[in-house]
Amino acid sequence: MHFNAKVHFDFVKHRKKFYAFSIALTLIGILSLFIFNLNYGVDFKAGTNMDLAIGKPITQAEAIDVLKQAGYEDMTPTIGGAGNERVTARFDEVLNQDEIRKIQDAFKAKFGDQVDAEVNIVSPDMAREMGAKTIYAVIIASAAIMLYVTIRFEWRFALAANIAILYDAFVVVAIFSIFQLQVDLPFIAAVLTTIGYSINDKIVIFDRIRENLRFSKIKNKEQLADMVNNSIWQTMARNIYTVLAVLVVAISLFIFGSESIKLFALAKIIGLTSGAYSSICIASPLWYQFKGDPKPKAAKTQASA
Amino acid sequence: MNGKRIIAFLAIVVIMFGAIAWTSPSLVKDIRLGLDLKGGFEVLYEAQPIEGGEKVTPASLKETAKSLEARADKFGIAEPEITTEGSNRIRIKLAGVTNEDEVRAMLKKPINLTFRGPDGKIELQGNDFTQNGAKVEFDQLGKPMVTIKLKDAKKFEDVTTRLTGQTLGIYLDEEMLSNPSVNYPISGGSAQISGEYTMEEATKLADTINMGALPLKLTEKYTQSVGATLGQESLKKTVEAGVIGTIIILVFLIILFRIPGVVAAITVISYTWLLVVVFNLMNATLTLPGIAAFVLGIGMAVDANIIMYERIKEEIRSGKSLLSSLKTGSKNSFRTIMDANITNIISSIVLYYIGNGAIRGFALTMIFSILVSILTNVFLSRLLIYLLIQSKLFTKPSYYGVKEDEIRAL
Repeated sequence: MHFNAKVHFDFVKHRKKFYAFSIALTLIGILSLFIFNLNYGVDFKAGTNMDLAIGKPITQAEAIDVLKQAGYEDMTPTIGGAGNERVTARFDEVLNQDEIRKIQDAFKAKFGDQVDAEVNIVSPDMAREMGAKTIYAVIIASAAIMLYVTIRFEWRFALAANIAILYDAFVVVAIFSIFQLQVDLPFIAAVLTTIGYSINDKIVIFDRIRENLRFSKIKNKEQLADMVNNSIWQTMARNIYTVLAVLVVAISLFIFGSESIKLFALAKIIGLTSGAYSSICIASPLWYQFKGDPKPKAAKTQASA
Repeated sequence: MNGKRIIAFLAIVVIMFGAIAWTSPSLVKDIRLGLDLKGGFEVLYEAQPIEGGEKVTPASLKETAKSLEARADKFGIAEPEITTEGSNRIRIKLAGVTNEDEVRAMLKKPINLTFRGPDGKIELQGNDFTQNGAKVEFDQLGKPMVTIKLKDAKKFEDVTTRLTGQTLGIYLDEEMLSNPSVNYPISGGSAQISGEYTMEEATKLADTINMGALPLKLTEKYTQSVGATLGQESLKKTVEAGVIGTIIILVFLIILFRIPGVVAAITVISYTWLLVVVFNLMNATLTLPGIAAFVLGIGMAVDANIIMYERIKEEIRSGKSLLSSLKTGSKNSFRTIMDANITNIISSIVLYYIGNGAIRGFALTMIFSILVSILTNVFLSRLLIYLLIQSKLFTKPSYYGVKEDEIRAL
């Protein structure tokens, strides 16, 4: 092991700055959740979501107009897609088939028969159930991961990893809250796979820390800090390459993918970036913190473990 | 140079890519597309007992699902997916439906055929009638009428005995079809609905009754409907995005890791193909989130390669021979890769058990993509590199992305 071979940025030394940044972001997220809440899609907030492909450019004013004609005042549909050819309208009530037909026909009357729609309707009790299930999913998944990491590594790694993955999941939620992006079922999938990827990153670094711990005699905190830093830098290339590789896919899904997959891809981009950051700047320093002052004896038991 | 090894390497690659080229067209054709890619609709129903009818039991729920399937068949809908969920839910997915309104109205209709006494009390109901027992027949005057059969002749006889001299109204839902008087107890277990029907009306009535009375009442809880052109557009765009992302990654791998990068490109392509094969074998339905999981799985697959090659590079830098670098590098990276993949499988399993519908498909795709990835990107990758190193054709460290001056003497 070539510890101290190069002068690198000292992540452990600057850990307080990273903690401060992350705590600040978390607080902003909590604040935003309190003030703006999340912009729930129909999956979590009962109602009807209508996604229309018009086939030609449309302005928001035109869309509002058509909705008015169909009898829906005060609607603010969003316009998107390549060449502004998509209209997304959210209704708080559960529309029936006739009402949906009426709206579609209103658009067809104005823009022609190529108008095509995707409609999602969710009833209130269903929406509540999905919300509850999601929270369970996050809790159960992180508990299961924690258990696995505790068995394979030790509780300190598991705790540090779990704080960091919960933070990553929260960052995605917070950013979606701040920018009021719509939260629907695919978003949940994105958050949960973020947990998966994020734990990947942490395991790679932790694995290296564990290995270095075994082959080095650490006598004091400084040496421990050096060892953590070196482990981070030894795995840095892999971390960067992997994140880049997955980011390339997520970004190309975001740019070139279909409308319905865009927000999913965006959630993945945020989660991946946060996961890479938290592995290096949060999880590893946290482990160092939890580890405390190593006594030579403690290092020995580690080595024989 | 070791000719045998390079021949083995080439043989594996040629056979692999031959198989890919040969099977791909039919594989792609056979993939079952979900309704978000093909157009169609999905409805989640909650079942409740029809007043005075059966309770919601696993059996009655299953029976209801069967009747729904029979109804979908009547419309000539190919491959309807009808599944029961939990204790009182039925999910129905119909792809490629054009007359959605009509189909949906017809599916949900309880078609509650009842016989009611003069006081409006229900004497017989849907599940007392034989399925597919309604027929068009002609009365003595040659007028069309509908005959229906009852499961329990004795029960019918009892009812008609009790109500002799009174009326026994026949209702389709709340609509009275006819209100015949019972002149004498009927013992044969069959009844006639006659009225001033035309042939067409009678046929339609018989068909409606034959759709099967739903044992349970259904309420729509969640619906998703996707227009056909919108679905195709989603498919095209998302697949394109996946291909673009993958090509960028493969180029990046080859530049970064040289020879191992080429091997990685081969194993990533094999991975993608093998996953499609597994998909077809499972007869799984490909959905939009499924494609996303698929494409992200490529990212994960690349990760396994990167972890291994970075490790091998390190070993080369430490001055070991190529062969022992490969051995220690792949050994040391294996544990890391497995830990990382197992935690991912754990979160996918949680997702599978908790999620529903499209999320389940996503989770399942994740699980299989991880398993296939271990097979191709760990074992196949290792074998191919081993063959290349053993062939002694590529002995310079620069072929593996390591500069000479980075290598330390042992």
